[in-house]
Amino acid sequence: MTDVLLEVEDLTVDFPTDDGVVTAVRGVSYTLRRGESLGIVGESGSGKSVTSLAVLGLLPRTARVSGSVRFGGKELLGRGDNEMSQFRGRKIAMIFQDPLASLNPVYTVGNQISEAVLAHNDVGKDVANKRALDLLETVGIPHAKQRMDAYPHELSGGMKQRVVIAIAMANNPDVIIADEPTTALDVTVQAQVLEALETAREATGAALVLITHDLGVIAGHADRVGVMYAGRLVETGTVDDVFYKPRMPYTLGLLGSLPRIDAKTHERLTPISGAPPSLLNMPSGCPFRARCPLATELCAEQEPQLFGVGQGHSAACHFHERLIDAQPREIFN
Amino acid sequence: MTKQLETVNKADTVAEFTVKERSQLRIIVTRFLRHRLAVASLITFLLLIVVAYGGAALWKYAYTDITPDNSQPPSLAHPFGTDGIGHDNLAQVLRGLQQSIKIALMVALIATVIGTTWGATAGYFGRRVDNLLMRLADVVIILPAIAVAAALASVGQGSWFTIALIIGVLASASVSRVIRGVVLSLREQDFIEAARALGASDFRIIARHLVPNTMGPLIVNATILVAVGILAETALSFLGFGVREPDVSLGLLINQAEGAVRTRPWLFYSPGVFIILIALSINFIGDGLRDAFDPRQTRVRQ
Amino acid sequence: MIAYAIRRLLISIPVLIVSSFLVFAMIANSGDPLEALRVTNPPTPPETIALEAKRLYLDLPWYERYWVWMNNLWHGEFGPSVNVRENINTEVWTRLGVTLRLVLVAMLLALILAIVAGVTAAVKQYSKTDYTVTFFGFLFLATPTFWLAILLKEAGITLNQIDGDPESRMFYTYGDRSVFLDDPTWWNKFTDVAGHMILPTVSLALITFASWSRFQRSSMLEVLGSDYIRLARAKGLRWRKVLTKHALRTALIPLTTVTAIDFAGLIGGAVITETIFGWAGMGQYLIDSVTTRDVYALMAWLLVAGAIVVLFNLIADLLYGVLDPRIRHD
Repeated sequence: MTDVLLEVEDLTVDFPTDDGVVTAVRGVSYTLRRGESLGIVGESGSGKSVTSLAVLGLLPRTARVSGSVRFGGKELLGRGDNEMSQFRGRKIAMIFQDPLASLNPVYTVGNQISEAVLAHNDVGKDVANKRALDLLETVGIPHAKQRMDAYPHELSGGMKQRVVIAIAMANNPDVIIADEPTTALDVTVQAQVLEALETAREATGAALVLITHDLGVIAGHADRVGVMYAGRLVETGTVDDVFYKPRMPYTLGLLGSLPRIDAKTHERLTPISGAPPSLLNMPSGCPFRARCPLATELCAEQEPQLFGVGQGHSAACHFHERLIDAQPREIFN
Repeated sequence: MTKQLETVNKADTVAEFTVKERSQLRIIVTRFLRHRLAVASLITFLLLIVVAYGGAALWKYAYTDITPDNSQPPSLAHPFGTDGIGHDNLAQVLRGLQQSIKIALMVALIATVIGTTWGATAGYFGRRVDNLLMRLADVVIILPAIAVAAALASVGQGSWFTIALIIGVLASASVSRVIRGVVLSLREQDFIEAARALGASDFRIIARHLVPNTMGPLIVNATILVAVGILAETALSFLGFGVREPDVSLGLLINQAEGAVRTRPWLFYSPGVFIILIALSINFIGDGLRDAFDPRQTRVRQ
Repeated sequence: MIAYAIRRLLISIPVLIVSSFLVFAMIANSGDPLEALRVTNPPTPPETIALEAKRLYLDLPWYERYWVWMNNLWHGEFGPSVNVRENINTEVWTRLGVTLRLVLVAMLLALILAIVAGVTAAVKQYSKTDYTVTFFGFLFLATPTFWLAILLKEAGITLNQIDGDPESRMFYTYGDRSVFLDDPTWWNKFTDVAGHMILPTVSLALITFASWSRFQRSSMLEVLGSDYIRLARAKGLRWRKVLTKHALRTALIPLTTVTAIDFAGLIGGAVITETIFGWAGMGQYLIDSVTTRDVYALMAWLLVAGAIVVLFNLIADLLYGVLDPRIRHD
């Protein structure tokens, strides 16, 4: 398939701070094809949100962004804000983590949805309102007509996130980036919101970038997956490859710390000890080495690049071969 | 180090990657020191105190001295000139500086101590106590400082402490509202709930949990109160309800110079510049402290 | 909301009573209002003094005087003034009008300046504009009102003399209006009053501007950093629209309430400006009544100023409820 929608190449984001330069994203590359769903997993601070904000040009002005982001072959980086607003919402829509804070408290829900319609379509207010009502119904909000006039604080967290999804759908975008869409919500509500997200994909035919730290969400909703650690992609591949044949110790560790219902024996969970490195003045070498049971001097000297380890499957580990068919318990004991 | 990396036991090596653990106080001090303007202001303020007291002790004229030169413009003998009677203006300004700083600091102390106790009690106990104490704050806020100062002038003989006490008590009502707000929001926090569930006494909760957590707003508020104090005192003295003759305050000096701005401008400008200098440095210090205490603040460098 | 407002106003009645009682007790016991009469030369006849004392109820103990005052108040009378020729009722309302004229115009000016400056500084954070606004904000915040007022007054006098003609003037530096006008048409009266307002208004406005521009800047910065601004941008709204519709509208809410509260404070706080520019307003009235121990006049001042504080605090709260849908008063 050559139907590539979004190409991110060697994306790097630096933030100058008083303490020094924080490198939040270090050379991330990925491609997204029409209609496909790409999951990105990683701990908080691994750079997954910054990556997607950089794609839309929504980072603070102090951020230094380099690399390339192409949408339909057009370079997005370096465009002015007004030019970027032509892409935002219309071509690429975004859903943020905290639905409680994502909606302006002083405007009604209907106003905030129809505003998205009006931003890219030369239609009247009534047409936009009609569209907003349709969208509310599509994402499964009961009594949508009354909810149009409700203020955000009158809705539950799950409802608010569905409103945000409705806003994302408003202009039938080609790509929806969902940044931790369910993290701030109760487990029972999470399922409803994910369902609304699926509905949104079906209705718009958009490709999805689903950012989460929840492997379960990825398993159910993504075709391909990228694992991020300390600002880099450390493993990419199909969901099956990454979940069943992980070739990077960090991915393996993540899987090992996840309880599984289909476990054959009574397995113990194996946590990864330690914490991710500070992104400030990061040391050379593999950033995972301090937590890695396989680390050697090589890891301290040289940061591993993404090695191709199979068809469309790559992993950033010098010892990816040692991980073939390895179980989390055997490595992290 | 690298040898250890090979071992499976990684506990020791984690430290290499995580930021060195710093105590709360050190973080705040570091953050404050980074605020260059605030540090410069702190130095300025301390210098002003040193100049006010040290300078007055060393200078050849006392503020009560009447020199034979009257209405002299600034010269080597009288750097700030002299007034119509022959007072050396530098000696007068230094004395005024002493009085004004002393009163302002005392105002901050009084208002903070009373206001914190007042607001914390109201916020912590809530209900009736809160209602009563907050209505009391309403009462105090309406009281005009001028009337209170005029009424109490005969009682305290217009001493600097009486003036500080009046401004401090009146200001404490506003402080109590701020602190009450902080305590009210803290009271709902999980760690207070947890302490209560563990059976901690009211006193222990207030002393161990509430007070330390209100320290930030408290210190910032106290700093700003110094500026409030100096502006209130000089205004009161200017109107004739604060520091009185024969004593000196910066506000009183400006009052006395008002009629002579054209003929003896040095008498008007010198005390004014010092008031601005104090209030300005205090406000910058307060700003620096606010940033230092606010954990959400990470100043992005330009 | 109406029930809430009524409840708030009812609660404030005891607050006003208690504070008036406190001030009454302090002033009534701090000196003799007939002092001036006793030291005249030639001496005032004792009968006159006795009559004056009777007229001011000085033959009663102070707490009974308070009671008498309350009774008078109930009948709509603020009580006898130490100054025989003065009626407190008419005096206090005239003076309130004078002060309101000063404060309203000064606040309007300060408000416009503060919003423009605060918003610009926040939108262009760390720019030259931001540093300039911040610098002047801090400077005026640290400047004593009386010093700035005298400075402006002197500047006005200097400018008046610049053309060498002692008769002509650009700025009026004393009084709230001319005592005598050659040709008192309404237009001349209007320009005369307006001319007298310029300097006092500017000095009051600059001081008020200082704290409001700082406030508006930080409020705007907070909103600009919020998630809903990010979402509004992610929708594809242009920056200008995001600023006006989402950021400005939301960031103005806190300033509205601060304005209402500060307005009440300025009724009493204009005292210095009024003193320096010789305006016969509320502030002057406070000083005069305090210096002459005119306790009933002071009570009238306190009630009017106190009622305005109470009223505007209430307005601030209600405004918040109207502007921010999250706040509901019931």
